[in-house]
Amino acid sequence: MSTPMIVAHEVQKYYGQFHALKGVSLDVAAGDVCCIVGPSGSGKSTFLRCINQLEAVDGGAIWIGDQLLGYRRRGELLVPLSDSEIARQRLWSGMVFQRFNLFGHMTALQNVMEGPVAVQKRRRAEVREEAMALLARVGLAGRADAYPTELSGGQQQRVAIARALAMRPKLMLFDEPTSALDPELVGEVLAVMKDLARSGMTMIVVTHELGFAREVSNRVVFMDGGQVLESGTPGQILSRPQHPRTQEFIAAILA
Amino acid sequence: MSGAPSAYAIDHLKIAPRRFYGRWLTAALILALMGLVINAFAHGQIEWKIVAQFMTAKVIMHGLVNTILMTIYAMAVGIVLGVVFAVMVMSPNPVVRGVAAFYIWFFRGTPLLLQMLLWFNLALVFPVLGIPGWFEARTVDVITPFVASLLGLGIGQGAYTAEVVRGGILSVDHGQTEAAKAIGMTRLTALRRIVLPQAMRVIIPPVGNEVISMIKLTSVASVIQFSEILHNAQTIYFANARVIELLIVATVWYLVVVTVFSIGQYFLEKAFSRQNAGGKS
Repeated sequence: MSTPMIVAHEVQKYYGQFHALKGVSLDVAAGDVCCIVGPSGSGKSTFLRCINQLEAVDGGAIWIGDQLLGYRRRGELLVPLSDSEIARQRLWSGMVFQRFNLFGHMTALQNVMEGPVAVQKRRRAEVREEAMALLARVGLAGRADAYPTELSGGQQQRVAIARALAMRPKLMLFDEPTSALDPELVGEVLAVMKDLARSGMTMIVVTHELGFAREVSNRVVFMDGGQVLESGTPGQILSRPQHPRTQEFIAAILA
Repeated sequence: MSGAPSAYAIDHLKIAPRRFYGRWLTAALILALMGLVINAFAHGQIEWKIVAQFMTAKVIMHGLVNTILMTIYAMAVGIVLGVVFAVMVMSPNPVVRGVAAFYIWFFRGTPLLLQMLLWFNLALVFPVLGIPGWFEARTVDVITPFVASLLGLGIGQGAYTAEVVRGGILSVDHGQTEAAKAIGMTRLTALRRIVLPQAMRVIIPPVGNEVISMIKLTSVASVIQFSEILHNAQTIYFANARVIELLIVATVWYLVVVTVFSIGQYFLEKAFSRQNAGGKS
Protein backbone atom coordinates (compact mmCIF):
# COMPACT_ATOMS: atom_id res chain seq x y z
CA MET A 1 0.00 0.00 0.00
CA SER A 2 1.32 3.45 -0.93
CA THR A 3 1.80 6.15 1.68
CA PRO A 4 -1.58 7.59 2.59
CA MET A 5 -2.57 11.04 1.39
CA ILE A 6 -4.93 11.74 4.26
CA VAL A 7 -4.67 10.29 7.71
CA ALA A 8 -7.36 10.98 10.30
CA HIS A 9 -6.31 9.81 13.73
CA GLU A 10 -8.87 9.38 16.52
CA VAL A 11 -10.80 12.53 15.54
CA GLN A 12 -13.13 13.86 18.25
CA LYS A 13 -15.81 16.50 17.79
CA TYR A 14 -18.32 17.92 20.25
CA TYR A 15 -21.27 20.27 19.68
CA GLY A 16 -21.82 21.44 23.22
CA GLN A 17 -22.76 18.27 25.10
CA PHE A 18 -23.32 16.24 21.94
CA HIS A 19 -20.40 13.95 21.10
CA ALA A 20 -20.54 14.02 17.29
CA LEU A 21 -17.31 12.18 16.46
CA LYS A 22 -15.99 9.58 18.90
CA GLY A 23 -12.50 8.88 17.66
CA VAL A 24 -12.76 8.48 13.90
CA SER A 25 -9.67 7.09 12.20
CA LEU A 26 -9.32 6.71 8.47
CA ASP A 27 -6.59 6.83 5.88
CA VAL A 28 -7.04 7.45 2.20
CA ALA A 29 -4.34 6.92 -0.42
CA ALA A 30 -3.86 9.00 -3.56
CA GLY A 31 -6.28 7.81 -6.23
CA ASP A 32 -8.66 6.23 -3.72
CA VAL A 33 -12.38 6.77 -4.05
CA CYS A 34 -13.72 6.37 -0.55
CA CYS A 35 -17.45 6.39 0.11
CA ILE A 36 -18.73 7.05 3.61
CA VAL A 37 -22.21 5.69 4.21
CA GLY A 38 -24.40 5.58 7.27
CA PRO A 39 -27.67 6.85 8.75
CA SER A 40 -28.22 10.59 9.13
CA GLY A 41 -26.72 11.96 12.30
CA SER A 42 -23.94 9.37 12.19
CA GLY A 43 -21.27 12.09 11.92
CA LYS A 44 -20.21 11.41 8.33
CA SER A 45 -20.83 14.97 7.12
CA THR A 46 -19.21 16.40 10.24
CA PHE A 47 -16.13 14.28 9.58
CA LEU A 48 -15.94 15.53 5.99
CA ARG A 49 -16.26 19.13 7.18
CA CYS A 50 -13.41 18.53 9.61
CA ILE A 51 -11.16 17.47 6.71
CA ASN A 52 -11.90 20.82 5.07
CA GLN A 53 -11.61 22.68 8.40
CA LEU A 54 -15.12 24.07 8.17
CA GLU A 55 -15.33 22.50 11.61
CA ALA A 56 -12.48 22.56 14.11
CA VAL A 57 -11.38 19.23 15.54
CA ASP A 58 -11.70 18.90 19.34
CA GLY A 59 -9.34 15.96 19.70
CA GLY A 60 -7.13 13.73 17.58
CA ALA A 61 -5.63 15.01 14.35
CA ILE A 62 -6.00 15.07 10.59
CA TRP A 63 -2.96 15.06 8.32
CA ILE A 64 -2.83 15.80 4.63
CA GLY A 65 0.49 14.57 3.29
CA ASP A 66 2.95 15.61 6.01
CA GLN A 67 0.91 18.69 6.97
CA LEU A 68 -1.04 18.75 10.20
CA LEU A 69 -4.36 20.52 9.67
CA GLY A 70 -5.04 23.62 11.77
CA TYR A 71 -1.79 23.71 13.76
CA ARG A 72 1.93 24.22 13.43
CA ARG A 73 4.16 22.17 15.68
CA ARG A 74 6.79 24.10 17.62
CA GLY A 75 8.69 21.66 19.86
CA GLU A 76 6.09 20.25 22.21
CA LEU A 77 3.66 23.08 21.42
CA LEU A 78 0.88 23.15 18.85
CA VAL A 79 0.38 26.68 17.55
CA PRO A 80 -3.04 27.33 15.94
CA LEU A 81 -2.80 28.54 12.35
CA SER A 82 -4.15 31.94 11.31
CA ASP A 83 -7.22 32.46 9.16
CA SER A 84 -5.10 32.94 6.03
CA GLU A 85 -2.90 29.90 6.76
CA ILE A 86 -6.01 27.75 7.13
CA ALA A 87 -7.31 29.22 3.87
CA ARG A 88 -4.06 28.09 2.23
CA GLN A 89 -4.39 24.56 3.64
CA ARG A 90 -7.89 24.37 2.18
CA LEU A 91 -6.40 24.65 -1.31
CA TRP A 92 -5.49 20.96 -1.00
CA SER A 93 -9.10 19.99 -1.28
CA GLY A 94 -12.19 21.00 -3.20
CA MET A 95 -15.60 20.66 -1.62
CA VAL A 96 -19.02 20.02 -3.11
CA PHE A 97 -21.99 20.73 -0.85
CA GLN A 98 -25.38 19.12 -0.55
CA ARG A 99 -27.10 22.45 -1.27
CA PHE A 100 -24.68 23.46 -4.12
CA ASN A 101 -23.98 26.92 -2.60
CA LEU A 102 -23.21 28.54 -5.93
CA PHE A 103 -22.50 32.25 -5.58
CA GLY A 104 -25.89 33.76 -6.38
CA HIS A 105 -24.67 37.05 -7.83
CA MET A 106 -22.42 35.38 -10.39
CA THR A 107 -22.96 33.45 -13.60
CA ALA A 108 -21.85 29.83 -13.91
CA LEU A 109 -18.63 30.96 -15.59
CA GLN A 110 -17.94 33.62 -12.94
CA ASN A 111 -18.52 31.02 -10.22
CA VAL A 112 -15.88 28.76 -11.74
CA MET A 113 -13.43 31.64 -12.33
CA GLU A 114 -13.81 33.24 -8.89
CA GLY A 115 -11.34 31.05 -6.99
CA PRO A 116 -8.48 31.08 -9.49
CA VAL A 117 -8.85 34.85 -10.05
CA ALA A 118 -9.57 36.11 -6.53
CA VAL A 119 -7.58 33.59 -4.49
CA GLN A 120 -4.81 32.28 -6.73
CA LYS A 121 -4.44 35.63 -8.57
CA ARG A 122 -4.05 33.88 -11.90
CA ARG A 123 -4.45 35.71 -15.20
CA ARG A 124 -8.09 36.22 -16.11
CA ALA A 125 -7.78 35.26 -19.78
CA GLU A 126 -6.03 31.98 -18.99
CA VAL A 127 -8.51 31.21 -16.20
CA ARG A 128 -11.47 31.88 -18.48
CA GLU A 129 -10.21 29.37 -21.02
CA GLU A 130 -9.70 26.74 -18.35
CA ALA A 131 -13.10 27.48 -16.77
CA MET A 132 -14.84 27.06 -20.13
CA ALA A 133 -13.06 23.72 -20.56
CA LEU A 134 -14.24 22.66 -17.09
CA LEU A 135 -17.82 23.67 -17.86
CA ALA A 136 -17.59 21.65 -21.05
CA ARG A 137 -16.29 18.70 -19.04
CA VAL A 138 -19.38 18.78 -16.80
CA GLY A 139 -21.58 19.21 -19.90
CA LEU A 140 -22.54 22.86 -19.36
CA ALA A 141 -20.52 24.78 -21.94
CA GLY A 142 -23.79 26.22 -23.26
CA ARG A 143 -24.92 27.58 -19.88
CA ALA A 144 -21.79 29.60 -19.00
CA ASP A 145 -23.71 32.87 -18.75
CA ALA A 146 -26.65 31.50 -16.76
CA TYR A 147 -27.19 32.57 -13.15
CA PRO A 148 -27.72 29.83 -10.54
CA THR A 149 -31.48 30.45 -10.31
CA GLU A 150 -31.74 29.83 -14.04
CA LEU A 151 -30.19 26.36 -13.67
CA SER A 152 -31.72 23.09 -12.48
CA GLY A 153 -30.40 21.50 -9.29
CA GLY A 154 -28.37 18.98 -11.27
CA GLN A 155 -26.85 21.72 -13.41
CA GLN A 156 -26.03 23.80 -10.35
CA GLN A 157 -24.29 20.87 -8.73
CA ARG A 158 -22.24 20.24 -11.88
CA VAL A 159 -21.18 23.90 -11.92
CA ALA A 160 -20.24 23.50 -8.24
CA ILE A 161 -18.03 20.53 -9.15
CA ALA A 162 -16.37 22.60 -11.91
CA ARG A 163 -15.86 25.45 -9.43
CA ALA A 164 -14.07 23.12 -7.03
CA LEU A 165 -11.95 21.58 -9.80
CA ALA A 166 -10.87 25.03 -11.03
CA MET A 167 -8.65 25.32 -7.95
CA ARG A 168 -6.76 22.19 -9.09
CA PRO A 169 -7.25 20.35 -5.80
CA LYS A 170 -5.46 17.10 -4.97
CA LEU A 171 -8.54 15.80 -3.22
CA MET A 172 -12.28 16.21 -3.76
CA LEU A 173 -14.78 16.08 -0.92
CA PHE A 174 -18.45 15.45 -1.70
CA ASP A 175 -21.01 16.05 1.04
CA GLU A 176 -24.18 14.20 -0.03
CA PRO A 177 -23.96 15.77 -3.49
CA THR A 178 -27.20 14.24 -4.78
CA SER A 179 -29.40 14.35 -1.67
CA ALA A 180 -31.05 17.68 -2.53
CA LEU A 181 -31.77 16.70 -6.14
CA ASP A 182 -34.96 15.55 -7.82
CA PRO A 183 -34.57 11.83 -8.61
CA GLU A 184 -34.31 12.33 -12.38
CA LEU A 185 -31.36 14.73 -11.91
CA VAL A 186 -29.22 12.43 -9.75
CA GLY A 187 -27.82 10.50 -12.70
CA GLU A 188 -26.20 13.49 -14.45
CA VAL A 189 -24.27 14.45 -11.30
CA LEU A 190 -23.18 10.88 -10.60
CA ALA A 191 -21.99 10.59 -14.21
CA VAL A 192 -19.70 13.61 -13.73
CA MET A 193 -18.39 12.12 -10.49
CA LYS A 194 -17.73 8.75 -12.13
CA ASP A 195 -15.80 10.47 -14.89
CA LEU A 196 -13.78 12.30 -12.26
CA ALA A 197 -13.04 9.07 -10.38
CA ARG A 198 -11.87 7.39 -13.59
CA SER A 199 -9.48 10.26 -14.24
CA GLY A 200 -7.67 9.27 -11.03
CA MET A 201 -8.90 11.99 -8.67
CA THR A 202 -8.75 11.15 -4.97
CA MET A 203 -12.28 11.44 -3.63
CA ILE A 204 -14.10 11.13 -0.34
CA VAL A 205 -17.83 10.91 -0.92
CA VAL A 206 -20.51 11.01 1.75
CA THR A 207 -23.51 9.46 0.03
CA HIS A 208 -26.64 7.35 0.20
CA GLU A 209 -26.14 6.16 -3.39
CA LEU A 210 -25.05 2.57 -2.75
CA GLY A 211 -25.04 1.85 -6.48
CA PHE A 212 -22.47 4.57 -7.00
CA ALA A 213 -20.42 3.27 -4.07
CA ARG A 214 -20.44 -0.24 -5.45
CA GLU A 215 -19.53 0.77 -8.99
CA VAL A 216 -16.99 3.54 -8.47
CA SER A 217 -15.38 3.35 -5.05
CA ASN A 218 -12.58 1.08 -3.90
CA ARG A 219 -13.28 1.75 -0.21
CA VAL A 220 -16.54 1.92 1.68
CA VAL A 221 -16.72 3.12 5.27
CA PHE A 222 -19.83 2.61 7.39
CA MET A 223 -20.34 5.15 10.17
CA ASP A 224 -22.91 5.21 12.93
CA GLY A 225 -23.15 7.16 16.19
CA GLY A 226 -19.96 9.12 15.50
CA GLN A 227 -17.81 6.03 14.94
CA VAL A 228 -16.50 3.97 12.05
CA LEU A 229 -18.15 0.59 12.56
CA GLU A 230 -16.80 -1.16 9.50
CA SER A 231 -14.70 -0.45 6.44
CA GLY A 232 -13.49 -2.42 3.47
CA THR A 233 -14.04 -3.00 -0.22
CA PRO A 234 -17.52 -2.27 -1.62
CA GLY A 235 -18.10 -6.02 -1.89
CA GLN A 236 -17.25 -6.61 1.77
CA ILE A 237 -19.38 -3.78 3.16
CA LEU A 238 -22.32 -3.70 0.76
CA SER A 239 -22.73 -7.42 0.01
CA ARG A 240 -21.35 -9.17 3.07
CA PRO A 241 -21.57 -6.70 5.97
CA GLN A 242 -20.32 -8.15 9.26
CA HIS A 243 -21.56 -5.65 11.83
CA PRO A 244 -25.28 -5.99 12.70
CA ARG A 245 -25.83 -2.19 12.36
CA THR A 246 -24.36 -2.28 8.86
CA GLN A 247 -26.54 -5.25 7.93
CA GLU A 248 -29.62 -3.42 9.20
CA PHE A 249 -28.73 -0.21 7.33
CA ILE A 250 -27.98 -1.90 4.01
CA ALA A 251 -31.13 -3.99 4.25
CA ALA A 252 -33.25 -0.90 5.00
CA ILE A 253 -31.86 1.01 2.02
CA LEU A 254 -32.22 -1.88 -0.42
CA ALA A 255 -35.77 -2.68 0.79
CA MET B 1 -74.79 15.64 -23.02
CA SER B 2 -78.20 16.63 -24.33
CA GLY B 3 -78.81 19.46 -26.83
CA ALA B 4 -81.27 21.27 -24.53
CA PRO B 5 -79.85 24.35 -22.71
CA SER B 6 -78.86 23.43 -19.17
CA ALA B 7 -80.36 25.34 -16.25
CA TYR B 8 -76.75 25.61 -14.92
CA ALA B 9 -75.41 27.56 -17.93
CA ILE B 10 -75.35 31.31 -17.22
CA ASP B 11 -73.08 32.61 -20.01
CA HIS B 12 -76.01 34.38 -21.75
CA LEU B 13 -76.70 36.60 -18.70
CA LYS B 14 -75.21 40.11 -18.37
CA ILE B 15 -73.11 41.21 -15.38
CA ALA B 16 -74.43 44.47 -13.91
CA PRO B 17 -71.71 47.11 -13.30
CA ARG B 18 -70.70 47.35 -9.67
CA ARG B 19 -71.72 50.67 -8.02
CA PHE B 20 -69.13 52.47 -5.86
CA TYR B 21 -71.33 54.74 -3.73
CA GLY B 22 -68.67 54.93 -0.99
CA ARG B 23 -66.03 56.30 -3.36
CA TRP B 24 -68.27 59.07 -4.64
CA LEU B 25 -69.31 60.02 -1.14
CA THR B 26 -65.73 60.22 0.25
CA ALA B 27 -64.52 62.10 -2.85
CA ALA B 28 -67.26 64.70 -2.39
CA LEU B 29 -66.46 65.04 1.29
CA ILE B 30 -62.73 65.45 0.68
CA LEU B 31 -63.32 68.02 -2.08
CA ALA B 32 -65.50 70.06 0.26
CA LEU B 33 -62.85 69.95 3.01
CA MET B 34 -60.08 70.88 0.55
CA GLY B 35 -62.16 73.80 -0.65
CA LEU B 36 -62.44 75.06 2.91
CA VAL B 37 -58.69 74.74 3.52
CA ILE B 38 -57.75 76.42 0.23
CA ASN B 39 -60.22 79.19 0.87
CA ALA B 40 -58.76 79.70 4.36
CA PHE B 41 -55.21 79.96 3.01
CA ALA B 42 -56.24 82.22 0.15
CA HIS B 43 -57.88 84.67 2.57
CA GLY B 44 -55.38 84.16 5.40
CA GLN B 45 -52.50 86.48 6.24
CA ILE B 46 -50.16 85.05 3.61
CA GLU B 47 -48.61 87.19 0.91
CA TRP B 48 -48.35 84.64 -1.90
CA LYS B 49 -46.47 87.14 -4.01
CA ILE B 50 -43.67 87.08 -1.45
CA VAL B 51 -43.63 83.28 -1.48
CA ALA B 52 -43.19 83.38 -5.25
CA GLN B 53 -40.60 86.12 -5.04
CA PHE B 54 -38.38 84.23 -2.58
CA MET B 55 -38.87 80.81 -4.13
CA THR B 56 -35.81 81.28 -6.33
CA ALA B 57 -33.98 83.93 -4.30
CA LYS B 58 -30.21 83.59 -4.37
CA VAL B 59 -29.92 82.88 -0.63
CA ILE B 60 -32.60 80.19 -0.83
CA MET B 61 -30.91 78.56 -3.84
CA HIS B 62 -27.62 78.60 -1.97
CA GLY B 63 -29.30 76.93 0.99
CA LEU B 64 -30.92 74.35 -1.27
CA VAL B 65 -27.55 73.39 -2.76
CA ASN B 66 -26.05 73.12 0.73
CA THR B 67 -28.93 70.90 1.88
CA ILE B 68 -28.44 68.54 -1.06
CA LEU B 69 -24.65 68.47 -0.72
CA MET B 70 -24.81 67.86 3.04
CA THR B 71 -27.28 65.01 2.46
CA ILE B 72 -24.90 63.37 0.00
CA TYR B 73 -21.75 63.88 2.08
CA ALA B 74 -23.37 62.79 5.35
CA MET B 75 -24.83 59.66 3.73
CA ALA B 76 -21.43 58.86 2.17
CA VAL B 77 -19.76 59.12 5.58
CA GLY B 78 -22.62 57.16 7.14
CA ILE B 79 -22.46 54.31 4.63
CA VAL B 80 -18.68 53.94 4.84
CA LEU B 81 -18.78 53.96 8.65
CA GLY B 82 -21.83 51.68 8.62
CA VAL B 83 -20.10 49.01 6.54
CA VAL B 84 -16.87 49.26 8.56
CA PHE B 85 -18.63 49.01 11.92
CA ALA B 86 -21.00 46.27 10.76
CA VAL B 87 -17.99 44.17 9.76
CA MET B 88 -16.27 45.06 13.04
CA VAL B 89 -19.27 44.14 15.17
CA MET B 90 -19.27 40.67 13.53
CA SER B 91 -15.53 40.19 13.97
CA PRO B 92 -14.20 37.25 15.99
CA ASN B 93 -11.80 39.72 17.69
CA PRO B 94 -13.50 40.73 20.98
CA VAL B 95 -11.68 44.10 21.19
CA VAL B 96 -12.76 45.12 17.69
CA ARG B 97 -16.27 43.88 18.44
CA GLY B 98 -16.36 45.87 21.68
CA VAL B 99 -15.27 49.11 20.01
CA ALA B 100 -17.96 48.75 17.34
CA ALA B 101 -20.65 47.90 19.87
CA PHE B 102 -19.67 50.98 21.91
CA TYR B 103 -19.85 53.21 18.83
CA ILE B 104 -23.31 51.97 17.91
CA TRP B 105 -24.51 52.20 21.51
CA PHE B 106 -23.22 55.75 22.01
CA PHE B 107 -24.33 57.35 18.76
CA ARG B 108 -27.74 55.67 18.72
CA GLY B 109 -28.20 56.52 22.37
CA THR B 110 -27.78 60.29 22.21
CA PRO B 111 -29.85 62.88 20.31
CA LEU B 112 -28.46 64.15 17.03
CA LEU B 113 -28.90 67.77 18.10
CA LEU B 114 -26.79 67.13 21.18
CA GLN B 115 -24.05 65.42 19.13
CA MET B 116 -23.93 68.38 16.76
CA LEU B 117 -23.67 70.85 19.63
CA LEU B 118 -20.83 68.78 21.10
CA TRP B 119 -18.90 68.77 17.81
CA PHE B 120 -19.54 72.46 17.28
CA ASN B 121 -18.28 73.33 20.74
CA LEU B 122 -15.24 71.06 20.57
CA ALA B 123 -13.01 74.14 20.81
CA LEU B 124 -14.10 74.56 24.43
CA VAL B 125 -12.41 71.24 25.25
CA PHE B 126 -9.52 71.20 22.79
CA PRO B 127 -8.52 74.71 21.64
CA VAL B 128 -5.90 73.19 19.31
CA LEU B 129 -6.19 70.05 17.18
CA GLY B 130 -3.45 67.94 15.57
CA ILE B 131 -0.27 66.09 16.44
CA PRO B 132 2.14 68.42 18.34
CA GLY B 133 5.18 69.42 16.28
CA TRP B 134 3.79 67.87 13.11
CA PHE B 135 0.51 69.44 12.30
CA GLU B 136 -1.55 71.81 14.41
CA ALA B 137 -4.57 74.01 13.83
CA ARG B 138 -6.94 76.06 15.94
CA THR B 139 -10.10 74.07 16.56
CA VAL B 140 -12.37 76.98 15.66
CA ASP B 141 -10.77 77.06 12.20
CA VAL B 142 -11.20 73.31 11.66
CA ILE B 143 -14.64 72.74 13.15
CA THR B 144 -16.70 75.05 10.96
CA PRO B 145 -20.50 74.72 10.95
CA PHE B 146 -20.09 72.56 7.84
CA VAL B 147 -17.60 70.18 9.47
CA ALA B 148 -19.55 69.98 12.73
CA SER B 149 -22.75 69.21 10.80
CA LEU B 150 -21.03 66.59 8.66
CA LEU B 151 -19.53 64.90 11.73
CA GLY B 152 -22.81 64.97 13.63
CA LEU B 153 -24.97 63.73 10.75
CA GLY B 154 -22.44 61.29 9.21
CA ILE B 155 -21.21 59.61 12.37
CA GLY B 156 -24.74 59.34 13.77
CA GLN B 157 -25.95 57.88 10.47
CA GLY B 158 -23.08 55.36 10.53
CA ALA B 159 -24.44 53.86 13.74
CA TYR B 160 -27.83 53.25 12.13
CA THR B 161 -26.44 52.05 8.81
CA ALA B 162 -24.19 49.59 10.67
CA GLU B 163 -27.30 47.83 11.94
CA VAL B 164 -28.83 47.80 8.44
CA VAL B 165 -25.64 46.36 6.93
CA ARG B 166 -25.38 43.77 9.71
CA GLY B 167 -28.94 42.68 8.96
CA GLY B 168 -28.03 42.45 5.26
CA ILE B 169 -24.98 40.31 5.96
CA LEU B 170 -27.01 37.99 8.19
CA SER B 171 -29.61 37.61 5.43
CA VAL B 172 -27.08 35.90 3.14
CA ASP B 173 -27.15 32.10 3.51
CA HIS B 174 -24.21 30.78 5.55
CA GLY B 175 -23.53 28.24 2.81
CA GLN B 176 -22.19 31.11 0.67
CA THR B 177 -19.45 31.78 3.21
CA GLU B 178 -18.64 28.08 3.48
CA ALA B 179 -18.39 27.72 -0.29
CA ALA B 180 -16.11 30.79 -0.39
CA LYS B 181 -13.89 29.32 2.33
CA ALA B 182 -13.82 25.99 0.49
CA ILE B 183 -12.16 27.68 -2.50
CA GLY B 184 -9.54 29.14 -0.19
CA MET B 185 -10.91 32.58 0.67
CA THR B 186 -10.20 34.15 4.03
CA ARG B 187 -13.12 35.41 6.11
CA LEU B 188 -12.69 39.02 4.97
CA THR B 189 -12.26 38.17 1.28
CA ALA B 190 -15.41 36.05 1.43
CA LEU B 191 -17.25 38.94 3.07
CA ARG B 192 -16.09 41.46 0.47
CA ARG B 193 -16.46 39.41 -2.69
CA ILE B 194 -19.29 36.99 -1.91
CA VAL B 195 -21.44 38.09 1.04
CA LEU B 196 -21.61 41.90 0.80
CA PRO B 197 -22.57 42.03 -2.91
CA GLN B 198 -25.47 39.69 -2.16
CA ALA B 199 -26.42 41.60 0.98
CA MET B 200 -26.94 44.76 -1.12
CA ARG B 201 -30.40 43.63 -2.16
CA VAL B 202 -31.45 43.74 1.49
CA ILE B 203 -29.40 46.84 2.38
CA ILE B 204 -30.45 49.18 -0.45
CA PRO B 205 -34.16 49.74 0.40
CA PRO B 206 -33.67 50.84 4.04
CA VAL B 207 -30.64 52.95 3.13
CA GLY B 208 -32.77 54.63 0.45
CA ASN B 209 -35.26 55.46 3.17
CA GLU B 210 -32.48 56.88 5.30
CA VAL B 211 -31.38 59.16 2.47
CA ILE B 212 -34.91 60.58 2.48
CA SER B 213 -34.74 61.06 6.26
CA MET B 214 -31.30 62.65 5.94
CA ILE B 215 -32.61 65.34 3.56
CA LYS B 216 -34.91 66.52 6.32
CA LEU B 217 -32.49 65.83 9.14
CA THR B 218 -29.98 68.32 7.69
CA SER B 219 -32.36 71.04 8.89
CA VAL B 220 -31.14 70.34 12.44
CA ALA B 221 -27.79 71.80 11.33
CA SER B 222 -29.48 75.21 11.15
CA VAL B 223 -29.02 75.32 14.93
CA ILE B 224 -25.24 75.45 14.58
CA GLN B 225 -25.33 78.08 11.81
CA PHE B 226 -24.85 75.77 8.84
CA SER B 227 -26.44 77.66 5.96
CA GLU B 228 -28.78 75.00 4.64
CA ILE B 229 -32.20 75.95 3.31
CA LEU B 230 -34.12 76.27 6.60
CA HIS B 231 -31.33 78.32 8.17
CA ASN B 232 -31.30 80.67 5.19
CA ALA B 233 -35.09 81.00 5.19
CA GLN B 234 -34.88 81.94 8.86
CA THR B 235 -32.14 84.48 8.18
CA ILE B 236 -34.44 86.17 5.66
CA TYR B 237 -37.50 86.25 7.89
CA PHE B 238 -35.49 87.63 10.81
CA ALA B 239 -34.92 90.62 8.51
CA ASN B 240 -38.30 90.98 6.78
CA ALA B 241 -40.64 89.31 9.31
CA ARG B 242 -42.36 87.22 6.56
CA VAL B 243 -42.16 84.08 8.70
CA ILE B 244 -44.89 81.90 7.18
CA GLU B 245 -44.08 82.89 3.61
CA LEU B 246 -40.45 81.78 3.97
CA LEU B 247 -41.37 78.62 5.83
CA ILE B 248 -43.66 77.77 2.92
CA VAL B 249 -40.75 78.34 0.52
CA ALA B 250 -38.63 75.90 2.52
CA THR B 251 -41.50 73.39 2.71
CA VAL B 252 -41.96 73.42 -1.06
CA TRP B 253 -38.25 72.87 -1.68
CA TYR B 254 -38.01 69.99 0.80
CA LEU B 255 -40.95 68.32 -0.94
CA VAL B 256 -39.33 68.82 -4.34
CA VAL B 257 -35.99 67.34 -3.24
CA VAL B 258 -37.61 64.42 -1.41
CA THR B 259 -39.74 63.66 -4.48
CA VAL B 260 -36.73 63.67 -6.79
CA PHE B 261 -34.72 61.42 -4.45
CA SER B 262 -37.71 59.06 -4.04
CA ILE B 263 -37.86 58.60 -7.80
CA GLY B 264 -34.12 57.90 -7.81
CA GLN B 265 -34.58 55.36 -5.01
CA TYR B 266 -37.28 53.58 -7.01
CA PHE B 267 -34.98 53.13 -10.01
CA LEU B 268 -32.00 52.13 -7.85
CA GLU B 269 -34.04 49.41 -6.15
CA LYS B 270 -35.30 48.17 -9.49
CA ALA B 271 -31.79 48.07 -10.92
CA PHE B 272 -30.48 46.13 -7.92
CA SER B 273 -33.24 43.58 -7.88
CA ARG B 274 -32.60 42.98 -11.58
CA GLN B 275 -28.83 42.70 -11.16
CA ASN B 276 -29.39 40.18 -8.41
CA ALA B 277 -31.88 38.14 -10.38
CA GLY B 278 -29.77 35.15 -9.39
CA GLY B 279 -29.34 36.34 -5.83
CA LYS B 280 -31.03 33.43 -4.13
CA SER B 281 -28.60 30.72 -3.14
